[in-house]
Amino acid sequence: MTYADYVEMKIPAKPEFVGITRLTLSGIASRMGFSYDTIEDLKIATSEAITNAVQHAYKGEEGEVLIGFRLYEDHLEVVVSDSGNSFNFKETKEALGPYTEKSVEFLREGGLGLYLIETLMDEVKVHQNEGITLFMTKYLEGEQVERDAETIST
Amino acid sequence: MNISIDVQEQEQQTTITLAGEIDAYTAPKLRETAFPYTEKKEANLVVDLSGVTYMDSTGLGVFVGLFKSLNANDGTMQLVGLSDRLKRLFDITGLADIMNINSGSEGGV
Repeated sequence: MTYADYVEMKIPAKPEFVGITRLTLSGIASRMGFSYDTIEDLKIATSEAITNAVQHAYKGEEGEVLIGFRLYEDHLEVVVSDSGNSFNFKETKEALGPYTEKSVEFLREGGLGLYLIETLMDEVKVHQNEGITLFMTKYLEGEQVERDAETIST
Repeated sequence: MNISIDVQEQEQQTTITLAGEIDAYTAPKLRETAFPYTEKKEANLVVDLSGVTYMDSTGLGVFVGLFKSLNANDGTMQLVGLSDRLKRLFDITGLADIMNINSGSEGGV
């Protein structure tokens, strides 16, 4: 599949820059014609991915996070990559999910980020080498039903 | 891309009114400001979220932390003024079943 446009930004791995990426993303997604609600979902998923990179990959050390936006005709792919120390993505993911605990004292205070990414995006892929690269895809309304069916377990 | 945190202490309850964005940058400020009010015995904390324009899991984490601390001290927490967007965030994470949440500032909408 061909794509027309690509936008990339590189930010310091610091929490104060996560919001700046959201502004760029909002502009791109609204230009592509995504609905208000979908843009909000994209903002959360993308922020979660960057927050993960900032908090886990570099653990307070200096570093950079690369964010790429691939604009296809019917979908947007957001790529977030870091070159920090990988945490075990699969293991981390499996330990997480929505809250089902009944007992308040056992509630986790973090770790919902990856769950939200998977819930809010149509497709999520992970490449893990030196760092972690997350590929997150969101289809424009009406395009996603069939795609979901064939690529749900990547 | 910032947050304003306004705290009003009354006899029966403490009301924290938030406006702006709750993310990886602002969540630590919120936790720091709000946490002391959860450590008193039987505190009643009301958090007004009607001015919150963005929130992600970092914000949810703060509320879980406040909620746990209040529970340990026999206190209560009420989240009010949630937009549909925020309500959805609490719904899909399962927190809506655990916490006391009112969407809309007057409990309606």
